[in-house]
Amino acid sequence: MSAKSGVFSSSIVRKVWMSLTGLFLCSFLVVHLLGNLTLLRSDAGAAEAFNAYAHFMTTFPLIKITSYLLYFSILFHAVWGIMLEIKNRKARPVAYAYNNPSANSSWASRKMSLLGTIILVFIATHMYHFWAQMHFGTIPLDASGNKDLYTVVMEFFRHPSFGIPATLLYVVSMAALAFHLHHGFQSAFQTLGVNHRKYTPIIEKVGLVFSIAIPLAFAIIPVYIFLT
Amino acid sequence: MNLTLKIWRQSGPKDKGAMKTYPIQGVEADMSFLEMMDMLNEQLVGKGEEPVVFDHDCREGICGSCSMYINGEAHGPGRGITTCQLHMRSFNDGDTIYIEPWRAKAFPVIKDLMVDRSSFDRVIAAGGYVSVNTSGNTLDANAIPIPKEDADKAFDAATCIGCGACVATCKNSSAMLFVSAKVSQLALLPQGQVEAADRVLNMVHQMDLEGFGSCTNTGACEVECPKGISLENIARMNREFLTAAVSAD
Ligand code: HEM
Ligand code: SF4
Ligand code: FES
Repeated sequence: MSAKSGVFSSSIVRKVWMSLTGLFLCSFLVVHLLGNLTLLRSDAGAAEAFNAYAHFMTTFPLIKITSYLLYFSILFHAVWGIMLEIKNRKARPVAYAYNNPSANSSWASRKMSLLGTIILVFIATHMYHFWAQMHFGTIPLDASGNKDLYTVVMEFFRHPSFGIPATLLYVVSMAALAFHLHHGFQSAFQTLGVNHRKYTPIIEKVGLVFSIAIPLAFAIIPVYIFLT
Repeated sequence: MNLTLKIWRQSGPKDKGAMKTYPIQGVEADMSFLEMMDMLNEQLVGKGEEPVVFDHDCREGICGSCSMYINGEAHGPGRGITTCQLHMRSFNDGDTIYIEPWRAKAFPVIKDLMVDRSSFDRVIAAGGYVSVNTSGNTLDANAIPIPKEDADKAFDAATCIGCGACVATCKNSSAMLFVSAKVSQLALLPQGQVEAADRVLNMVHQMDLEGFGSCTNTGACEVECPKGISLENIARMNREFLTAAVSAD
């Protein structure tokens, strides 16, 4: 048959883009976390190791290409997600006078765009403070000649006045990420058509562990820096 | 028992409509919800008021017409039932009960609690059928062997009564559960294979044209569906759709 003009703009394909970009962002979270864990090291070489990692991430060609794909994915996922939310709201022009959605669905599953918006605000401030500094700011160099992002991070969370709100912002945002992933991770597989008696319960368990472990590990870093 | 009913009243498609309050006395626990509505309407007619218009037909959970959003849930509290199968023993003396029509752009209100669900009919007309030879040499369906597992899944999907509770419940007014049940019941059987690709593309296309929202996998539909149609069907439809979309030329 000749494909209907609507095939590529169909509601199912729109969701597939959310799912693919969402899963790509999940893989990025793992890589980003592994690097950041250096910040928890307290030995003498920790600062230089972290700076070397940051240098590698901003200069290595393959990573640079991937990072452009990543920036695009974040923007796309956010804009597309908000557009879907607006479209979905239009599908119910008159609201119920009395509704009880918690009887049949999880809070996170209904608040994906709110949670996503919190994450987006977080990403913007986070990139402004560290990513922009690393790329365009003038940061002193460490002993190995790499930009000393380590010290920038340490001073950020230990700042006498911004330290507490900054740490709080990071913790709250990671909580939002946890809820976003708790629904999002398994939802992405359902969107792609993966629903299996044997494998779906496994995907759901992996999603649960992922949605708790990753944001928790991210959140521990600023709290640890702030407290030490 | 004595109850306070808050019911959506709307005189026609163009009217703005509003919630109105009706006290009702002497409701019995073993009345069905629709019998309680009948009782209210008798009282209203007795007082010379307009009775509340609502859809109903079989009153035994098979026609799918008794669409009512009761206390914030499609077909009210209780699982695996339609409004006609809901009994007043689910409520307590003194309760306030909110009764609203299905809310979706694709289900416009005709009057009071009655909505126009012909968008579902148009989705079915777009591909929810198999073409069979009726010129006297029709093949006996039972002549084709079908794995028991597939037959069971197709049957489960085929129990969808087209009531629209999935749409009413979904925060996006998405019709994915209904459409996926109708795609699955045929896609799982050999007779459905010939038209499978066209079917899923056309039915999803029509679903989008009707103004239903898109699925965010909240799973609310599966919980509220009176027939327990599974989300598995939505995943199957997504697979069918994506393979058809990339293989269609
Ligand atoms: C690191 C950041 C993020 C990750 C790992 C992530 C991951 C995911 C995943 C896996 C899904 C499920 C997709 C599906 O159901 O098929 C999802 C859905 C969603 N995301 Fe994100 N996301 C992130 C950031 C954002 C941001 C910044 C927004 C912006 C507002 C956002 C908005 C949404 C929305 C609205 C949905 C639901 C879409 C739907 O079901 O139609 N997300 N996300
Ligand atoms: S899928 Fe369930 S809720 Fe939706 S129309 Fe069919 S029977 Fe009703
Ligand atoms: S009246 Fe037929 S299902 Fe309720």
